[in-house]
Amino acid sequence: MTDLTKLSAVDLAGLVATGETSAVEVTQAHLDRIGAVDERVHAFLHVDTEGALAAARAVDERRAAGEELGPLAGVPVAVKDVLTTKGVPTTVGSKILEGWRPPYDSTIVERLRAAGTVMLGKTNMDEFAMGSSTEYSAYGPTRNPWDTDRIPGGSGGGSAAALAAYEAPLSIGSDTGGSIRQPGAVTGTVGAKPTYGGTSRYGLVAFSSSLDTPGPCARNVLDAALLHQVIGGHDPRDSTSIPAPVPDVVGAARLGASGDLTGVKLGVVTEFTGEGAEPGVMAAFRESVEALAKLGAEIVEISCPHFRYALPAYYLIAPSECSSNLARFDGVRFGLRVGDDGNRSLEEVMSLTREAGFGPEVKRRIMIGTYALSSGYYDAYYGQAQKVRTLITRDFTTAFEQVDALISPTTPFVAFPIGARTSDPYQMYLADLFTIPTNLYGGPAISVPCGLSDGLPVGLQIMAPTMADDRMYRVAAALESSVGTFTPPAL
Amino acid sequence: MAAISREEVAHLARLSRLAVTEEELDTFAGQLDVILQSVAQVGEVAAADIPPTSHSVPLTNVLREDVVTPSLTPQEVLSGAPDAEEQRFRVPRILDEDVAS
Repeated sequence: MTDLTKLSAVDLAGLVATGETSAVEVTQAHLDRIGAVDERVHAFLHVDTEGALAAARAVDERRAAGEELGPLAGVPVAVKDVLTTKGVPTTVGSKILEGWRPPYDSTIVERLRAAGTVMLGKTNMDEFAMGSSTEYSAYGPTRNPWDTDRIPGGSGGGSAAALAAYEAPLSIGSDTGGSIRQPGAVTGTVGAKPTYGGTSRYGLVAFSSSLDTPGPCARNVLDAALLHQVIGGHDPRDSTSIPAPVPDVVGAARLGASGDLTGVKLGVVTEFTGEGAEPGVMAAFRESVEALAKLGAEIVEISCPHFRYALPAYYLIAPSECSSNLARFDGVRFGLRVGDDGNRSLEEVMSLTREAGFGPEVKRRIMIGTYALSSGYYDAYYGQAQKVRTLITRDFTTAFEQVDALISPTTPFVAFPIGARTSDPYQMYLADLFTIPTNLYGGPAISVPCGLSDGLPVGLQIMAPTMADDRMYRVAAALESSVGTFTPPAL
Repeated sequence: MAAISREEVAHLARLSRLAVTEEELDTFAGQLDVILQSVAQVGEVAAADIPPTSHSVPLTNVLREDVVTPSLTPQEVLSGAPDAEEQRFRVPRILDEDVAS
C-alpha cells in the first residue's frame, strides 16, 4: 500500500479528486505520522486532530456531492504559529500568548480553508519569529529530521521540519530576514518568500512590519507554487497588500520543470561566494551553477557592493520595528498578566508581565530597537540603516538591469548542532547573512535544495525582481529537474 | 571601549517596560555591546545624500470604502483578556501612581 505521507501535494490532491483516496484517509495518515515521530522532531506546538478530520470530511462530502474541488483540496498543511487561527491556540512560540485562542482567522488561513486544504496544526518557531534555529521557542527546540542533534533552521524550523519528517506535505512560514528560506535550506526542502505585499499580513503577528512576508513551504517546487497561488493576492484588510494578481507561479514552475533555461540570464552575487560560506556549501553551490548552465542559463558574476551592510542594517531596522510592534503585549487585551495583586500600578504589572512573558532574544531586540530609535542615536543608527536600505535596493535594481535573477547559497553553513550558537547572539544572526538583502529590498526569493555537504542539505537561493515571483519558480523548478529532491535518512 | 554601559541597559529595560533582573542586566550588557558594535558598521557607508527607505511598497493613502462590514462581537474581543468587567478590559490602577523616573 502507498505511504500517503511520502506523496507530493499534487499527487495527493489528484488521488482525492478522483476518489482513489479520501481526504480523511490522507489526513489520518499524516496525523498517525505526527503521532509516531513528533515526539522526536517537535515540529508541532499544537495538533488540531478534530479540526483537521472535520475539514477533511467536508472535502469528501463536497466531492461526493459532485462539487468541483480546488487544486489542493484535501491536502494537509501545517501552519506556523505566527498566524492567527480562529479558536485554535496561537502562541508565536512565546509564553506571553500561552493559551490564547484568537477570535479570528488570518487571511492566509482563511484562504487555506476556502481552498479545501486541511490544517493539521500549528508549527514551532523561534519566539516572535526572532531567531535562526527554533531554539528560541519558549516551548523547546525543533529538531532537524536529517540529524536530530542539529537545528532545523529558524524561525520557521517547525514548518520545515514537518515537511522533512513527512508529517505534512505543505506548510506555511513567514520570512522577515530568512525565516522561510534558511529552514528550507538546512532541511532539504523548498521555501519561498513572496514579494513583500504579495501575501497578506492580516492576522500575522507582527515582528517587523516593513519586512514580514508569509509564504509557502513544500518538498518540491511545484507544490510550493500551488500553495503560493492559493495564499497570495490582494487583501483589502492589509494596506500594504499589492493590488495586482499573483504572478503565474504555477505556470512558471511547470515551464521550469521541462529543464530548459535557454535565454535566462543569472547573476552569481560575488559578495556571497567568497569566504562567507563554508567549503561544503560552496562546493554544492558551484556544482549547481554548472547544472544551471547546462540547462541553458547564461551565468555571469554580479557585484552588489552594499549587500555586506545588509546584516547590520537589518539588525537595526527589524529590532526598531519590533520594539514598537511588541508594545501591544502589555497584559491588557490578551495573553499573560503577571503581578496584578490590586496594589501594583499598571506600569509595574506591565513590566512584570513582559519580563515573565518574553524570552531573552525578544528582550534583546526590544532593547536594541529602543536604543536605535532614541533621540541622540536615531540618526546614526535607525536613520543610517534606512539609507543603507536605499543603497541595497539600488544594488538590486541595477543588477536586474543586467540579469533576470540573482543566485547565491541560501545560508553560509549547513545545519549546526543544537546549542552551538545560543551563547553568542551575533553568531546566530550570521545564519541570515545571504537572505536578509531580499527582505530589505522587498523582492521575492526562493531556496531550493541543491546538494549535500557531509550528508546535510545545502540550499540555493534565487532572488528575483519585485512581482517577478514566477521567474524564481521557473529557475528553481529547472534546477530541481536536474539535481532532484533529497530524502533524509529514516527517523 | 564599550558601546553601551550596564546603566544604559538598565535605562533601556525601563523604557521597554521589562522588569529585568540584576543577573539579566549583566548578561544583556555584554551581549548588547557586541551587537551594537557590530551593527555600527552601517556608519561606514557614505550616505549623507541618500534618501531613507522605510518601506518597499510604493503605496500611499490606501483607503477603504466607508461601509459597514461584519466585525467581532464584544464577547469575542474580550475572550482573550486576562481580566474584563462590564464589557471592558479591566486594568490595574493607572491614577495616583508614582511618576516613573
